[in-house]
Amino acid sequence: MLAVVGTIPDPAVPVLDGPALAEGGTLTVGGRPVPPDRGTPALLAAAAAACAFLGIEPPHALLVGDEGLGVGSRALYRHLTEVLPVRAYSTLAFHYLQPDVDWHNKVLLAVLAMRERPALVADAGFMYAAKMSGEAAQYALFTPDAGELAFLADEDAPHPFYTRGFILQEEGRAPELIRRAYEHDNAAACLLVKGCTDRIADRTGVLAEVNEPSEEAMEAMGGTGDTVTGMACALMESGLDARAAARVAAQANRYAGQAARPTPASQIGELIAHIPAALARALEKPA
Amino acid sequence: MGLGGLFGKTAPGPRARKRADRGILVFDTTSEVIRAEKALKDSGREIRVMGPPPEIRRGCDLVVEFPLMEKLDVLRILGEAGVSPLEIVPVTGPLLAPVNLFQVKDFGDYLMVRAANMKLTVDKRDRTIVNVSGGGCPDVPYIAARLIGRTLDDGPAPREIGHTLCGYALELAYEEMLRLCSP
Repeated sequence: MLAVVGTIPDPAVPVLDGPALAEGGTLTVGGRPVPPDRGTPALLAAAAAACAFLGIEPPHALLVGDEGLGVGSRALYRHLTEVLPVRAYSTLAFHYLQPDVDWHNKVLLAVLAMRERPALVADAGFMYAAKMSGEAAQYALFTPDAGELAFLADEDAPHPFYTRGFILQEEGRAPELIRRAYEHDNAAACLLVKGCTDRIADRTGVLAEVNEPSEEAMEAMGGTGDTVTGMACALMESGLDARAAARVAAQANRYAGQAARPTPASQIGELIAHIPAALARALEKPA
Repeated sequence: MGLGGLFGKTAPGPRARKRADRGILVFDTTSEVIRAEKALKDSGREIRVMGPPPEIRRGCDLVVEFPLMEKLDVLRILGEAGVSPLEIVPVTGPLLAPVNLFQVKDFGDYLMVRAANMKLTVDKRDRTIVNVSGGGCPDVPYIAARLIGRTLDDGPAPREIGHTLCGYALELAYEEMLRLCSP
């Protein structure tokens, strides 16, 4: 089973631990409506749509409300250390969470205590903590954008906010930054670098590039990175390895964007509806 | 024992990664350190007072270590307590400075500004914020929900409602957008 861990922007919401179901544009977690407009709910909605298309069981969600103070994240981290050792997940994805190295390490120890170790995916705040902890190599997939890739490439930066200026965040320099991230052991086994050109890479370098079709407006839309990560998680859960899952997800996200015909003011819900057809096209496309 | 040991790897690298998510507040005087310590402890922040690392050349003989990710919130608490630091630097690199490079993309009717990992997009015709993208800290979706649909003139600034370094990066993008969109 795929499990997704993250936050929603309402500090009143306690830890939610239940299946994520997407029906008719509505996402529910444990029966509670969660608007899939951005962040982890967007990832979950994309993953749920992809799981339904792929014919596998829906993702399980572990969510909490957190407006950035970290209180909810820490409550969820504590919950994870208690429940993960007795859970059975084959893919486990971490997303918008307050970056905290100590809690990251406790959660990783809880993962190690699971009977079967899941494939680990990290994006957003938990990816920042994974890099800072020095344990990035424990992960199967990271999904950074250009600014986050520069952060992974800067061995001294504790957050993208402090990435040093000489590590230029230009897309054309992505292969160099990918190499640098691996040199310092700050990358997962596979990287999906999201950008005008999506790049799938591992320690040997760039394995594949996906750059068509191109919808320029998607760069401005909040949530487009979340949907590609959600689809990659579902594809991994269906049996693809991280490299193939990343490539298909990147391609499908572009097809979904093309179908949505977005402007820079479009919202991510407009893209999620096109995910099943986009995945069908992407899976038919030769590698 | 670090996780590196638990995973059967060789000893962890030379950098002290365990505290990699901490920052250092540098103050001019010890009395300011004491006031900052009280204000931050009263707010529930996990902090400690310590001697400064050798790279720091300014300030008094004490610094305050704090959760760096909560920088924006910590600055707000200190501001309310009437004490402001000379410098805020990461533990991992006391000489590191915040990003100061912006990337601007013009979509015609829309303008996008990126600072570090945060992107802000505005409709140039009426200065409405139409999208917030990027980031990884939990206040990003929280801020986005409160900015999108508001104009640069009537919405809150990210610094007013954000709490983290991602919120701070978005504030920089917001200030750059204000500059670019000024008459």
